[in-house]
Amino acid sequence: MAERATAPKRGRSRASASDPTAAVKNSAPDLADFSKDEEFEAYRMMLLIRRFEEKAGQLYGMGMIGGFCHLYIGQEAVVVGMQMCLREGEDQVITGYRDHGHMLACGMDPKGVMAELTGRRGGYSKGKGGSMHMFSREKQFFGGHGIVGAQVPLGTGLAFANRYRGNDNVSVAYFGDGAANQGQVYESFNMAELWKLPVIYVIENNKYAMGTSVNRASAQTDFSKRGLSFAIPGEQVDGMDVRAVKAASERAVTWCREGKGPYILEMQTYRYRGHSMSDPAKYRSKDEVQKMRTDHDPIEQVRLRLIESGWATEDDLKAIDKDVRAIVAEASDFATVDPEPDASELWTDILK
Amino acid sequence: MPTEILMPALSPTMEEGKLSKWVKQVGDKVSSGDVIAEIETDKATMEVEAVDEGTIGKILVEEGTEGVKVNTPIAVLLAEGEDESAIGSAKAEPAPAPAAAPEPASAPAPAAAEAPAAKVPAQPKSEPAEVPEVPAGTDFVPTTVREALRDAMAEEMRRDGDVFVMGEEVAEYQGAYKITQGLLQEFGDRRVIDTPITEHGFAGLGVGAAFAGLRPIVEFMTFNFAMQAIDHIINSAAKTLYMSGGQLGCPIVFRGPNGAAARVGAQHSHDYAAWYSQVPGLKVVMPYSAADAKGLLKAAIRDPNPVVFLENEILYGQTFDVPRLDDFVLPIGKARIHRKGKDVTIVSFGIGMTYAIKAANELAGMGIDAEIIDLRTIRPMDVPAIITSVKKTGRCVTVEEGFPQSGVGAEIVAQIMQHAFDYLDAPVLRITGKDVPMPYAANLEKLALPNVAEVIEAVKAVTYRT
Repeated sequence: MAERATAPKRGRSRASASDPTAAVKNSAPDLADFSKDEEFEAYRMMLLIRRFEEKAGQLYGMGMIGGFCHLYIGQEAVVVGMQMCLREGEDQVITGYRDHGHMLACGMDPKGVMAELTGRRGGYSKGKGGSMHMFSREKQFFGGHGIVGAQVPLGTGLAFANRYRGNDNVSVAYFGDGAANQGQVYESFNMAELWKLPVIYVIENNKYAMGTSVNRASAQTDFSKRGLSFAIPGEQVDGMDVRAVKAASERAVTWCREGKGPYILEMQTYRYRGHSMSDPAKYRSKDEVQKMRTDHDPIEQVRLRLIESGWATEDDLKAIDKDVRAIVAEASDFATVDPEPDASELWTDILK
Repeated sequence: MPTEILMPALSPTMEEGKLSKWVKQVGDKVSSGDVIAEIETDKATMEVEAVDEGTIGKILVEEGTEGVKVNTPIAVLLAEGEDESAIGSAKAEPAPAPAAAPEPASAPAPAAAEAPAAKVPAQPKSEPAEVPEVPAGTDFVPTTVREALRDAMAEEMRRDGDVFVMGEEVAEYQGAYKITQGLLQEFGDRRVIDTPITEHGFAGLGVGAAFAGLRPIVEFMTFNFAMQAIDHIINSAAKTLYMSGGQLGCPIVFRGPNGAAARVGAQHSHDYAAWYSQVPGLKVVMPYSAADAKGLLKAAIRDPNPVVFLENEILYGQTFDVPRLDDFVLPIGKARIHRKGKDVTIVSFGIGMTYAIKAANELAGMGIDAEIIDLRTIRPMDVPAIITSVKKTGRCVTVEEGFPQSGVGAEIVAQIMQHAFDYLDAPVLRITGKDVPMPYAANLEKLALPNVAEVIEAVKAVTYRT
């Protein structure tokens, strides 16, 4: 037990209830040392997510996307850094309704994701799921869940299946600071530690549960401590720095693969947009948002490093931007011309 | 080519709004994410962010304009190197698509895909499979429902290594009602798993394991406690196949005692048959006899869908003949005619059958020949079996312990109205639990439950006997 308590390295940053922007100071010693390829990989994937989400916001504005649409803009480093340590198609990923970024990071096809947003037959769920409900068996992405916190026991069950089968796959269950107050989260923590299940609980603390700030909803705002009473190790991580995320992911994945049980990572991150498209976000100041965007933007950080290190010129990055825009444009075009599901699909996929 | 900036919809219901303010002006450079304008809806003031980079070339809708329809061009954005002369060629990017999707090539009639005119396609019918005959000469073994359930689980666990059972006290304690007796000894603690008393969590965990392809049997000590887990039963287990476009099935069984036991009060006596039977994506089984309990539980464990398997504490100890067969599996969705008769149809299921059977025996003495249908499965309901019988008898009484409003009996009545109205000689009557929380006092509890006399009265009423 003593060893357990000291094994995980703790991030240096500390959540501050009153000033969310203070929460993402660099935790320098915990940064992964990125190769040139990794910097490019991270830059490209984060940019893809950002451009994809901007396009989704635009299509929503045009009425092409219905219902709810929760954008991931600002939080890109979390999924991208986590995914860099996962085995695509083997390790499982599950999340809540702010899920587009997770799907793209898992390697799912942007066309299929966008077409699901527009409710077309080429969408991952044939248009029957929508923004919050997409899945890919091939990529081991298990959704996409619309009920806050539900993905936590579900993700724990995915980990249970890994242990049952005796493989060393890891399940990553993402949830937000809002979901972290749900009872089922602690029921899951208890069973995961009791049965030493290989699950990483990634708490994406973007400071607001819809419109309620962390300090108005949470008695303990250090979410890395939420597993303490179950003896689950936890870390606070600068979720705006993809290198910090990757370093933490590495530790958590290793812990789980070695059969030591669950691991908690609190990703201190920030969403630039409202909770959903119809949220004017009046509960926070423009300065707060602007400060995060200027000082901590996850993509800008990588961009600057690429330039400063001499690994990329502005033209190189423009070329990547162009590629990414082309991918997003292709996805958007597909999602607007692909037909709606056939009427007969109303009655399919209810039972196997 | 210049890009038109369109009036965005900022909520699922927004059709128009007021362009209250231009934050950027003609000549201003914008990059993606910059706030360019503010619009007001009936609900809120929202910021419009630029998606593309460029320079504002022209403002088409002045600030202060009310009632700007969604998708109206409100400004023109010039790309690098373009000037105002290019404005005429502006193109909305991406081109706004019509609200209705382009016609699917395979659509038979052009009108089929237009949203308001679209006709709801007919629900495909699936005929329940034929009941496998118990081969002639088969021995029958007197077995309690409790043993039958245990045997079903043990047989399926021997057959398929992916099947496991989890729940409170299922392992070391041998089951709170001894349904899992001996399973731990045979299969070990990897496959027979005691859980903490956390229904919400372990039901969700079971569903996750089923998503991953395992075949969990989740035992609830009683279905009353499954109320804490009902979100996972319905939202996670039942709906995911549909929401995933058929990708992600959930082969799981939720089982345990349901409904009233004896003197346990309102919170431990609820019958959930009608609740779960309302949910597309679930199968709901509620057996009466030990043979049905065994054959249907084996079918439920093999079923690729989530199955809610509702047992009854009072029936656990009752003994029935169970065929001695290596692999006795019954089809889900098929009713069983428990007693043939010509004068009236009594439809029941689960413990309701005990009232139906006693009533039919007494009615026989009065010269009324009742046919009893044991539904066995509540969803999918074997409506054809009910209709066939009612067409023959012209009269029907339903019997269940659950509440009357929107109960299983109510559904049966509606089906008969729709499919056998012209054959009815009397209104269909329902015998149900009374519309009250279950009382504790022995006399009141007895009053709250259905009884044989009520069934007899109802049958006499629909057969116009006094």
